[in-house]
Amino acid sequence: MQIEIIHQPNKLIARLAGELDEYSAVEVRKKLDWAIDLAVVQNFIFDFSGVTFMDSTGIGVLLGRYKKLKAKGMYVHITGANGHIDKILNTAGIYTIINKIAK
Amino acid sequence: MNKFCMQISALSSNEAFVRSTVSAFCAHLNPTLEQLEEIKTAVSEAFTNCVVHAYSRGEEQTIGVEVSLEKDRASIIIEDHGKGIEDVEKAMQPFFTTRPEQERSGMGFTLMNTFMDSVTVTSQVGNGTKVVMTKIIKEGD
Ligand SMILES: Nc1ncnc2c1ncn2[C@@H]1O[C@H](COP(=O)(O)OP(=O)(O)O)[C@@H](O)[C@H]1O
Ligand SMILES: [Mg+2]
Repeated sequence: MQIEIIHQPNKLIARLAGELDEYSAVEVRKKLDWAIDLAVVQNFIFDFSGVTFMDSTGIGVLLGRYKKLKAKGMYVHITGANGHIDKILNTAGIYTIINKIAK
Repeated sequence: MNKFCMQISALSSNEAFVRSTVSAFCAHLNPTLEQLEEIKTAVSEAFTNCVVHAYSRGEEQTIGVEVSLEKDRASIIIEDHGKGIEDVEKAMQPFFTTRPEQERSGMGFTLMNTFMDSVTVTSQVGNGTKVVMTKIIKEGD
């Protein structure tokens, strides 16, 4: 899985691409936590446009990052999930805590 | 009936191979792309559970994967010979996990149930766990 961190005024965008599963999650957590630890902006956006596969491991990864971001007082958003991943996020109740925004 | 089975090492690096192979085999039934995605996710959940929960770290073990295709359905069996599940009913509840410290979400069985038409789990402590899942794929669906 590739992760690109994009800095914009008042926000950080983490653009994820590829497959998010138990195998790739180790690296994904490391890279996201590095970006989160350094972040001094108000908004953090997970951009899922390039994610082609995700299972419940991704739910755990998102919830873990959400806790860190909340603790820093940041707002968390998610965008670009394809139809199938959107259903997974919905089933797990992710949208009740992380704001879904249009691209 | 058209059938395929394999024994594969319980490694997380095998997850992508297993879910892609199973879904590629299921493509014989002409499912929709959405149905293939659903099968992939369910297989990934069951296989990952064997890797993560069934065996202790460093143990060299294998996981059995079996797929049978009939006219209108795919039956998938994912089986380990690991530590087993004490209370299957409890384990299948949404958000139940015995590994919260590893950021597991407890949504694995819930997603299997959401995406497959039936999910049956049999498990014996000390002997292993067998997950049998069926997906109905009707002609012209
Ligand atoms: N193959 C297995 N062997 C042993 N325990 C298992 C197995 N599969 C599932 N479990 C148990 O069932 C629980 C729930 O599984 P699941 O819904 O996939 O959530 P998670 O994997 O996030 O913990 C696990 O935490 C684990 O205790
Ligand atoms: Mg699981």
